[in-house]
Amino acid sequence: MDEQREIAIRIKGVKKRYRLGVIGGTTLRAELQSRWAKRRGREDPNIRIGADVSRVGQEFWALNGIDVTIFAGERVGIIGCNGAGKSTLLKLLSRITAPTEGEIDITGRISSLLEIGTGFHRELTGRENIYMNGAILGMSRSEIDSKLDKIIEFSEIAEFIDTPVKRYSSGMYVKLAFAVAAFLDSEILVMDEVLAVGDMAFQRKCLDKMREAADTEGKTVLYVSHNMDTIRRLCDRCIVLNQGRVIYDGDVEQAISVYMNYNLDGDPVDIDLSGKDAGKNGVIMERLVLTDKVTPVYVPEELLRLRLTAVIDRKATEKLCLRLTFRSQSDAAIATSWSKPFVSSEPGRRELDFALPLSDFGGGKFYVSIGLYRVDELGRHFTLTHITRAFELEIQSLPVWDTNTHGYIALPDTEVWS
Amino acid sequence: MKHTHISAEHDLFDLKLSEVREYWELIFLFTRRSFQVSYKQTILGPLWLLINPLLTSVTYVILFGNIAKLSTEGVPQLLFYMAGNAVWGFFSGRVKENSVTFTNNAYLFGKVYFPRLVIPISDILSGLVRFAIQMLLVLVLYIYFLLKGSVRPDLPMLLTVLPVIAELGLMGMGVGIIISSLTTKYRDLTVLVDFGLQLWMYATPVVYPMSSVGGALRTLFWLNPVTAPVELFRLALFGSGNVCVWSLVWSLVFTAAVVFFGIMIFNKVERTFMDTV
Repeated sequence: MDEQREIAIRIKGVKKRYRLGVIGGTTLRAELQSRWAKRRGREDPNIRIGADVSRVGQEFWALNGIDVTIFAGERVGIIGCNGAGKSTLLKLLSRITAPTEGEIDITGRISSLLEIGTGFHRELTGRENIYMNGAILGMSRSEIDSKLDKIIEFSEIAEFIDTPVKRYSSGMYVKLAFAVAAFLDSEILVMDEVLAVGDMAFQRKCLDKMREAADTEGKTVLYVSHNMDTIRRLCDRCIVLNQGRVIYDGDVEQAISVYMNYNLDGDPVDIDLSGKDAGKNGVIMERLVLTDKVTPVYVPEELLRLRLTAVIDRKATEKLCLRLTFRSQSDAAIATSWSKPFVSSEPGRRELDFALPLSDFGGGKFYVSIGLYRVDELGRHFTLTHITRAFELEIQSLPVWDTNTHGYIALPDTEVWS
Repeated sequence: MKHTHISAEHDLFDLKLSEVREYWELIFLFTRRSFQVSYKQTILGPLWLLINPLLTSVTYVILFGNIAKLSTEGVPQLLFYMAGNAVWGFFSGRVKENSVTFTNNAYLFGKVYFPRLVIPISDILSGLVRFAIQMLLVLVLYIYFLLKGSVRPDLPMLLTVLPVIAELGLMGMGVGIIISSLTTKYRDLTVLVDFGLQLWMYATPVVYPMSSVGGALRTLFWLNPVTAPVELFRLALFGSGNVCVWSLVWSLVFTAAVVFFGIMIFNKVERTFMDTV
């Protein structure tokens, strides 16, 4: 990298520690802690649903030694699975919370689109809120005055600009909020995936605006997204975060393939099941490996390959079956897949390999429950052991930018009968 | 170009005042918003700023003046209560509003950075505006009674009014932000604030003059850091009452201390409170 270029952001040895929060404690200690947490208000936003309860009260490093230098004019994408530390990093950069260790130097005004719509007050009109929001983002009154017309035009809601925003639809609200942020005169633009709201045409418009900011005004852009397509369009450099560390920093395509794990460095995802499985029926699942995967992120073209280590103390002749249940984040069951029955040749610790094609999935994040069943002569299934939400998995639907495709499951194409 | 340094280490006494200055427009916008928002969708609008204290003072006249027959040291009752109410309201309002700085603005603080001191400062400003509006009402009554000859101001003492108001504002803010910083962890305190302020008011010569407090209680009441400024305020306006010097000194020391510690705790909490709310 060119040493002569101007440095926009220098991050040196940054760490951020959180204490794990509490959800559904089962021990007295955990119970007391959760009551305590309730009394203190909301739950810790950093807890991961399904996180191991025994880890409550323990510390966890959301960022664990980040060293990154970003030069002026670079457009840097940041990717990584949930909990990798992306949002924490942005929070530190936009000074919402302070690092536990390390230092950050920023040259230039930084504005983040994490903050669109902040300071909007329900009772104030759109126009009044433009001034309020602009001032919070660090714009002066004269600056806003000079841009007011452009902001209103960009927002596409000119006729409602003197209506209190409490009467706006959520789409209008976001459009107005984004319009203010888009006209900020900052040298560094930090963006999270904020474009989930608003219609598709408006989303494109926003993305174009960002690219324009980067291309013609030479702004430095930091863009966090799960959407590889927009990363490809916008960025010229990409950082992959995993468990609070930078695992790749450089070329965009390379980064995406590291993230999607076409490249097999790093350890595969390895899930310890031993604490979760009571194993009453002579079968205990101990360990699950997502074969050849560094991150649990898949595309529908891939196979979900699992290696399950289980201790099976049952008659060798019996037929066994694996069941995988996919649940949405709101815990609705989406789909179930049964393996073909197999015979456990001899009792003891076994390694079982499975592969499930993901081609029927649309896209989304899923919790996967895993269970081993006995199959009798009539083909009926009896539970031997089962772990609810054993692991989390993300399936990336392509093309992601087409927001008109919805749903977790990709149905076959509709036939035309005319 | 603007340069920002973020570090794990920080200076508790660095007020970042230069940064606060950059955001002065925001301070005014917050101040203005507090008025714009309170009286939207009301018929009388900003008139409530006058009606509220007027009704409260009339209630005091009936309750404390006519039923309880508390002394007002010869000052016309309505004027006495109205002035007391305005000055106490200014102080208690600052405690109350600042005590929710963090919890009420969590949605803002969680999304965007600006010097957090902007919020307490703009609160003092809007408190001052409210106070000034109430004082207009007091002034009208005051001129009326002045012409009637029922009150006589202590002219040199009138100079102390501004410092007294400044002190009360700072003390209120200091107490408020200390409570606010503590409530990010322990929400119990918020419940106590309303109750505590009510008790505090009765321990302060708001609806009665210090001259009617006797015996051992007297020393105790002078220990209340709000007593001396309130008494001084009335002394300046009406020429009635007296101020105990050690109590005034204690009040000033107390104010300095709460402002000092308040800002220190505020600075500490401000950095990471988003992780705990």
